[in-house]
Amino acid sequence: MSVQPSESAAVKLRVEDVSKSFGGVQAVSDVSLDVPEGLVFSIIGPNGAGKTSLLNMVSGFYHPDRGKVSLDGRDITNMRPAGRAHLGIARTFQNIALFRGMTVLENLMLGRHVRMKSGVLSSFLYWGPAQREEVAHRKRVEEVIDFLKLADLRRTPAGALPYGLQKRVELGRALSVEPELLLLDEPMAGMNQEEKEDMVRYVLDVNAEMGTTIVLIEHDMGVVMDISDRVAVLDQGMKISEGTPDEVRADPKVIEAYLGSSH
Amino acid sequence: MADPTTIPGYLLRNMTEAPYAGSPAIREKHLGVWQTFDWKSYGENVRDFALGIAALGFARNDKLSVLGNNRPRLYWAQLGAICLGGQSVPVYQDAIATELAYVLAHAETKVIVAEDQEQVDKILSIRDQLPNLKLLVYDDPRGLTGYDEEILKSYEDVRELGRAFLKDNPTYFQDEAGKCQADEVTLIAYTSGTTGQPKGVMLSHANMLETALTFVRNEDVRRSDDFLAYLPMAWVGESLYGLCVALVVGCASNCPEEPETVMRDLRELGPTGIVVVPRVWENLLSNLQIKAADSTLLKRSVYEYFIRVADEVELAKTDGRTPSAFTKLMYRLGDFLVYGPIRDQLGLRRARWCYTGGAPMGPDTFRYFHAIGINLKQLYGMTEVAGLVTLQPDDQATSESVGPPCPGIEVKISEHQSEVLVRSKGVFKGYYKQDDKTAEALDREGWFHTGDAGLMNERGHLVIIDRAKDVGKLADGTAFAPQFIELKLKFSPYINEAVAFGHAHPFVAAMVTMDFEAVGKWAERHNLPYTNYMDLAQKPEVRGLIAAEIRRVNAGLPEVLRVKRFLVLSKDLDADDNEMTRTRKLRRSYITEKYGPVIEAFYGGSGEVDLQLDVTFEDGSQSKIASHLVIEEAA
Repeated sequence: MSVQPSESAAVKLRVEDVSKSFGGVQAVSDVSLDVPEGLVFSIIGPNGAGKTSLLNMVSGFYHPDRGKVSLDGRDITNMRPAGRAHLGIARTFQNIALFRGMTVLENLMLGRHVRMKSGVLSSFLYWGPAQREEVAHRKRVEEVIDFLKLADLRRTPAGALPYGLQKRVELGRALSVEPELLLLDEPMAGMNQEEKEDMVRYVLDVNAEMGTTIVLIEHDMGVVMDISDRVAVLDQGMKISEGTPDEVRADPKVIEAYLGSSH
Repeated sequence: MADPTTIPGYLLRNMTEAPYAGSPAIREKHLGVWQTFDWKSYGENVRDFALGIAALGFARNDKLSVLGNNRPRLYWAQLGAICLGGQSVPVYQDAIATELAYVLAHAETKVIVAEDQEQVDKILSIRDQLPNLKLLVYDDPRGLTGYDEEILKSYEDVRELGRAFLKDNPTYFQDEAGKCQADEVTLIAYTSGTTGQPKGVMLSHANMLETALTFVRNEDVRRSDDFLAYLPMAWVGESLYGLCVALVVGCASNCPEEPETVMRDLRELGPTGIVVVPRVWENLLSNLQIKAADSTLLKRSVYEYFIRVADEVELAKTDGRTPSAFTKLMYRLGDFLVYGPIRDQLGLRRARWCYTGGAPMGPDTFRYFHAIGINLKQLYGMTEVAGLVTLQPDDQATSESVGPPCPGIEVKISEHQSEVLVRSKGVFKGYYKQDDKTAEALDREGWFHTGDAGLMNERGHLVIIDRAKDVGKLADGTAFAPQFIELKLKFSPYINEAVAFGHAHPFVAAMVTMDFEAVGKWAERHNLPYTNYMDLAQKPEVRGLIAAEIRRVNAGLPEVLRVKRFLVLSKDLDADDNEMTRTRKLRRSYITEKYGPVIEAFYGGSGEVDLQLDVTFEDGSQSKIASHLVIEEAA
C-alpha cells in the first residue's frame, strides 16, 4: 500500500463542476473531484458512466463545455495536451496505442520527446548538445526499462509482444515522460490473473517509489478496492459517491448503481 | 608475494599488486550500459561490505547466504563473509520458500543477502523458522520502500557502515583475512540431491583453490579472459569457475543483465570462455532450430545443407576417416556462409573453450556444436570434490567419455556396481552436521564415492553410464540405462524432458514433456489453435508430432532398447513440484511413485490413463489438476 499522506496534503488535480456533452448525450455533468498529491485515486462506474470522458478532459483530449480543470492550482482547462504533458501529465489508453512497428526502446524514447529541447537543425547535426541530450534521455528510459523489467524486450517490436506486455510498455512510455500525474485508463482490462498481479505491483511501485499521483479507471472491483486510497463513483455522467474503498463499498447509492434497482 | 593459500590471500593480491589491481574483475549491465570494476575496486567493495556486516556483529564461523541471480554485489558479499573467517552458504534463487527454510535453518545462516523484493518476501515469509537470522540485506531497493522490518537493510547502508568502520579500524579487514587458514571450511554448498533433503557440503580454502589451480594448469586460461557468469550462484561450479578460477588467474566475470537477456548479453560480451549447464546448450540449439524453421525456404535449405556437411565431417573425424575433398571444400564454404555467422550470432566467436557440466549432454547436441566449429568440451565433477574430476583436452572432445582425470586427481572404478571413486585435494571435509552421511560417502582411505556408474575406456578416459542406482536390466536381462535414452529423446527440439522406464519390464516406455516454445510455433505454422500448455500437450496432432520424433530416435537405437510406448505429459517436469532438482536432474524415485498409474498403464497394456497431479506454483501455493492422457505406440 502506498503511504497515506497527511490530511493537509496538497491537491494535485482539481476538477470543478465539469460538464461535457456529445450531441444530445450528456457524458459528464457537473463532476467535481480533488485528487490529493501522492495518492492512488480510482474512478469506477458502469459502462458509459463517463469515466473515460472525464479522463480525456484531464489529459486535454477533450475540452469541457463548462467547468474548470487545474493542476497544482494552475488552470489548465483550455491548455493543449502537449502543454499538459510538459506540466507532467501522462496517460495510457484503454486500447493499446503503441507504435507497433517500432521497438520497445523506440516507443519509450518517443515518450521522452516532449522533454527534448534540441530543434530540428541541431538534431540534424546530432553531435554536441543534441547528443548529450539524447544520452540523458536514454538514461531515463533505461531507468524505466529497469523498473518495469523490460530489459529483454528492448529490441523487440512492440506489435510482436503479447497483450499484457504491450500494456506494460504503454505504462513505460507514460513513465518515461517523468509524470507527476499518471492517468491509467483500464490498465488491467483483458488481462489474465498473473498479468493483472504484475500490473498491480507495478502501479503500486510507481506510486510508492516515484511518488507519482495516479488516477486509475478500472473495472476489476477487487483490484480497485485493494490498491486505491480513494475511490469516486460515476453513474450516468454524475458523481454519486466518493470516499475510501470501505466507505464507497458501503454506500447504498453505489450498490444501487451497480446492482441496479430495476434489475 | 608468494602464492597465497587462502581465498582472502588471492583477493588481497589482486587488490594491491600489479598487474592484477588495474585489470577488469567483474562487469554488470546497469541501465543498459556495461559497468566494469577492476580488481582494486572489487576488493574495496568486498572490504566495505565485510566491515559493514562486521560492524553489525558478523564474527568468525558465522554463515552468510546469498540469494539471487549472478550479481557483483552477491559475489562481494560472499567474499566479504569468507574474508572475515565466516562461511558462504549460497542458496538457489529459484527455490520456493519451504526449500529455503530447510537449508537456511540447517546451515544456521546469520546474514542473508537477497537480490530483490521477490527474494526478500520469500525470506520474510519463513522468518519464524530461521532463529539464527540477524540481518537481511537487499541489493535492489525497488518495491521495498514501505517495508519496516528491523532486520532489513539495504546493501548501500551496510556499505556505508563498513566505510565508517574502516576509519576507526583501518587494519581490521586485513587482520581478519590474514587469520584464515587453508584448511578451514569456507564454503558450504548444499547439493540439491536427487533423493532426500539437501546435504551441506563443506569445502575448505584449499579444496577450492587446489581445484581451481588444477583447472588453470589444464586449460588455457589467461588474465585477459572474460567469463560468462551464468551458473546458479548456489552451485559449486559457480564458486569454482566464476569465483576461484577468476580470483586465481585475475580474469573477469561478466554478469548477464537478466536471465532473460542472456542470449543477447552473450553476443555483446563475446566471452573467451564459458562453463554452463547442458540445459543452456540445449536452449541455444532449440532457438537455432526454431529460427531456421521460421526462415525462408532458401535460407532454410542452405542452413540444412551445410549443417549436414558439418555433421558428416564431424562424424568422419570421430570415426577416424578423412572426408572427401568435395566435402572438405563445402565445409570451408559452410564455415564462411553458415557456421561462422552462427558462432557470431551466439556470441561464441571469441570463445577459445566452452564447457558443459553438471549433467550429461546428449551426443547429438554435443556433435552439433562441434560440427559448427565451437570448441565444446565436457567436464565432470560434483560438489563433494569442489566441482572438477575430469575435463577433455581440446583435440579429444567426444560425447561418449568425459575425458581423462586431471593430473593430481585420482579416479578408480569400484568392483561393486562399477561406481566411480575420486580422491584429490578437492575432496570435501564432510557434510555439515551429518557425520553418518559423510561416513557413507567418504571411506577411510579418502575416496569419495560418487554414486555414478562408470568405466575407464581404452584411451584412459572416464565414461559415465548413469547414476549407479538407476542402471537396471530389462526383463530379458539387457542392460538398461534410462539416461542414455532420455538424452537421445531430448535432442528433439520438440521434446523438453523425458523419463524412460524399463527396469524389470519387458520393453522401454517413456514419458515426455513438450518444448512449449517449439511446439507452440509448430502449432502456429499448422493452424492448430490452443489455449495453454495443457491444452496443447493433449492435442492428438501434438502426439503425432512427438511420435514421429520418437520413431526417429528409435531408428538409432538397438531393437530391444527402442521406446515402444510413450505418453506426452500435460505439464512440464518442475523443480517446484519436486520432480527435478534445482540443477534439473530427474528425481527418479519420486517420479516413479508420483506417476505410478502411468507406469501401470504402460505395462498393463491400457491405452489411456487418468492422472491427478499436485501442482506447486512459484509462490509455493498448491492445487490439483486432473488430466486424461492417451498412451501412444511408437514401435
